[in-house]
Amino acid sequence: MTPDAATVAALLAVDAAGLGGVALRSPPGAERDEWLSLLKQLLPLNAPLRRIPLHINDTALLGGLDLGATLHAGKPIAQQGVLAQSDGGVVVLAMAERLSLGTAARLTAVLDTHEVAIERDSLTVRRPARLGMVALDEGVADDEKLPAALLDRLAFHMVFEGRMHRDAAQDNVTWQAEEVLKARALLPQVVASDETLQALCAAASALGIDSLRAPLLALRVARAAAALSGQTEVCQEHVAVAARLVLAPRATRLPTPPPGEETQGDDSQGQDTQEQDKQDQPKPPKSEESPPDTAASDSSDTSDDTLLDNEPTDVDAGSSLAESVIQAARAAIPAGLLAALKLGEAVRSRAQAAGRSGAAQKSQTRGRPLGARRSEPRAGARLNVIETLRAAAPWQKLRQQESAMRMAPSQQAMPGQVQPSHRIHVRREDFHITRFKQTGQTTTLFVVDASGSSALNRLAEAKGAVELLLADCYVRRDRVAVLAFRGKTAELLLPPTRSLARAKRSLAGLPGGGGTPLASAIDAARELADQISRRGETPIIVLLTDGRGNIARDGTSGRAQANEDALAAARQMRMDGISCLLMDTSPQPQPAAQMLAREMGAAYVPLPYAGAQMLSQVVRAAIAPNQR
Amino acid sequence: MSVSFSFSAIVGQDEMKLAILIVAIDPTIGGVLVFGDRGTGKSTAVRALAALLPKMRSVVGCRYGCDPAAKSGQCEQCVALKGQPGAGKAKIKSHLVPVPVVDLPLGATEDRVVGALDLERALSQGVKAFEPGLLARANRGFLYIDEVNLLEDHLVDLLIDVAASGENVVEREGLSVRHPARFVLVGSGNPEEGELRPQLLDRFGLSVEVKTPKDLASRVEVVRRRDAFEHDPDAFTEKWKKEDERTRRRIVAGRVRLNQVNISDAARERAAQLCMALGTDGLRGDLTLIRAARALAALEGDLEVTDAHLRRVAAPALRHRLRRNPLDDAGSSVRVDRAVVELMGA
Repeated sequence: MTPDAATVAALLAVDAAGLGGVALRSPPGAERDEWLSLLKQLLPLNAPLRRIPLHINDTALLGGLDLGATLHAGKPIAQQGVLAQSDGGVVVLAMAERLSLGTAARLTAVLDTHEVAIERDSLTVRRPARLGMVALDEGVADDEKLPAALLDRLAFHMVFEGRMHRDAAQDNVTWQAEEVLKARALLPQVVASDETLQALCAAASALGIDSLRAPLLALRVARAAAALSGQTEVCQEHVAVAARLVLAPRATRLPTPPPGEETQGDDSQGQDTQEQDKQDQPKPPKSEESPPDTAASDSSDTSDDTLLDNEPTDVDAGSSLAESVIQAARAAIPAGLLAALKLGEAVRSRAQAAGRSGAAQKSQTRGRPLGARRSEPRAGARLNVIETLRAAAPWQKLRQQESAMRMAPSQQAMPGQVQPSHRIHVRREDFHITRFKQTGQTTTLFVVDASGSSALNRLAEAKGAVELLLADCYVRRDRVAVLAFRGKTAELLLPPTRSLARAKRSLAGLPGGGGTPLASAIDAARELADQISRRGETPIIVLLTDGRGNIARDGTSGRAQANEDALAAARQMRMDGISCLLMDTSPQPQPAAQMLAREMGAAYVPLPYAGAQMLSQVVRAAIAPNQR
Repeated sequence: MSVSFSFSAIVGQDEMKLAILIVAIDPTIGGVLVFGDRGTGKSTAVRALAALLPKMRSVVGCRYGCDPAAKSGQCEQCVALKGQPGAGKAKIKSHLVPVPVVDLPLGATEDRVVGALDLERALSQGVKAFEPGLLARANRGFLYIDEVNLLEDHLVDLLIDVAASGENVVEREGLSVRHPARFVLVGSGNPEEGELRPQLLDRFGLSVEVKTPKDLASRVEVVRRRDAFEHDPDAFTEKWKKEDERTRRRIVAGRVRLNQVNISDAARERAAQLCMALGTDGLRGDLTLIRAARALAALEGDLEVTDAHLRRVAAPALRHRLRRNPLDDAGSSVRVDRAVVELMGA
């Protein structure tokens, strides 16, 4: 375990509720288990540490009516949920990367208000729930992440690589439960100066962190760090810890270096293990000086040197901050190798922005069960017998009385009738139906430029990719469609299908040559995508073109008008919020195609000499996030 | 309940604060939708509202908080009370209560939202009695839904229905209850987590977009105040009490003035022109725009709705009613602003 990880555990134990918690990205394994057991050691003895399974239902999470106890006692008895039971402790969220937005919102509400508000099953209860959360993120791919709203509220974002560090570091950073206990007592008295606050805000801005929760959490971390070291005042060292643990992992950009500070940082930081990084990236060390610099004084540049000399701890912190920042920055660097990955990222964020991240739909007939709700079992909806009986149970006494009264006169007439008390009275309002969640089907729509300008070998590549993808689609039950455009119009070669044979046949017969009616093609694609999404499926458009349209919407030729029309059509596409991918099939990447991709909000992939295999890989990466 | 952050202490976010004050003055405008980035104080502002609003007079013992002076829209009990022979206005006891700001937690079940049979009494005494739900509690106040875009569809439908009719009808267990449920719907959410259905979108009178402040000074101030609040909530509230009091007085004065504000035909025409220029669907846009401008005038102490008022409320009143225009990828706010400038000059 790294020293930082141990520190995080200690800080969390000091002020779990204030810090929100930890997002722990790690494969399951010894390292994670070890960290969790350390956390358990450090937490006060009686503090609960509960685990929340992924698909927990609302009753278990928030609380609800305890039916058994209620019926037994003859009055409503509330059942506490896990969150209320964990007041003063920590909950561990298993497989949090797959947490649904709804569950995440319930959790964030608790983090915000420090209480669980229940308005359920004829109960109105508020219970304190001052707790921290450890979100175990077992995601591997880049698109598997915690819900952003939850991530924003957790102070620490940690990554375990799955390698154990059995070295000296492990011994020298043990925190003792007594230290934590003392720190907890000390915490209310810890004061942070206004400079500290300003420094953290400045650092957050410099790192491109938008959310204001980040500096606030950093401030609390700095406080907890001060308490942990037995001090009542936050000093430089604690700010550095906060910056390193809270701000650095959230950085979205490298801070712009203040002018006149070129190399001074490098020499003092050479002792680090990150020499390689430094050589690759000469910038970050010096740029890193900016947050601590503002921390000390927001006035002059000259004070930096003194600051460096006087406070070695600060430099240390700065360098690790820099190191994290480098990594964050590197992840954002567009590199050819990362093309597939990057593509997935781009499409995903777009899809989210368009509010389509939840491509999954609620269904009443098939899919994964998603709880029950009160409704009548009509239109094929399935009755949830258990929930229905649960709903009916509390009212039985009342209903039996009622029906006994109603039956009283008739009973005399027919003495042989079954006593009403032997029946369960289920009424219309008790009916609950099961809801299911159905993952939306994806239909990939290939729009292939078959014009003369698109070289014929591109066409062959596109054909190959579609075929490869089709084979894949059999596994995933996705569908594909092919739209080709040449001459004056776009033609639907292959309506959405899963049939490999049909797809192959129609592609084989695709001829090339003629003009490039780009605008009409985009329009046609959009129309088809619209149809697809109306059917409840998720369309993805893959446009293979060189972006050099020469036939306008109305069929007349002329490059200027054609371009204009194509861009307008592209904008419309973006308005519709359809996920698109534009593959530039020209020999050299074209500005025309790039512009088109930008207007379309599409991910742009230049494809100088792609084989069908690679094309398929790229497409697969683009589709993957939509599968969930 | 714990002390909430003071409304006046919220840094920036003027549009959001203004929108909330406008609906506090004229609840008929119909709700505020606050959409925006994470960590911008959306929930904080709404939760601060409860402490800010002036108290209201309600009938003692009324479960729906009926207004003793209201001519209509009272619950059956209060109507019966009024109708009693010899029961003059003076006979109805009333008291001052805080305006309800009801939080609709995610995961709320339908029976608690609309109200259902009182389980306790049913179990222990075998008596059927109606237990009012959140909608009853929110009557004459605010109903706040955080993460409104994550609310279950069937609850959304229900809320739309009640918000539109101002009355909640419950048919359960052979019980038939209708009670007034006039409330201002306040929703907040993050657009990245899913869009709101257009039907619900349209129900909100005003919509506000909040963004994280970008300049360092205000960011520092936000964190500083929040930190001060967490450190010592009581002292913090005390410090901002005066400011809150001033805002409260503005609301009270605004409500009084609301009926005196004159809307000239020219102003109405301007509003209609603006809506036509933007091509908003239906007339709800016009209506909201005028009402919001009037409430703003009342808030500011003006007795005449002018272009300046219209200009300021145009964006919140109209931006969520625009159709998407394929040839114009500018945001809705920009389009509203542009139309305003075209019509009234810069």
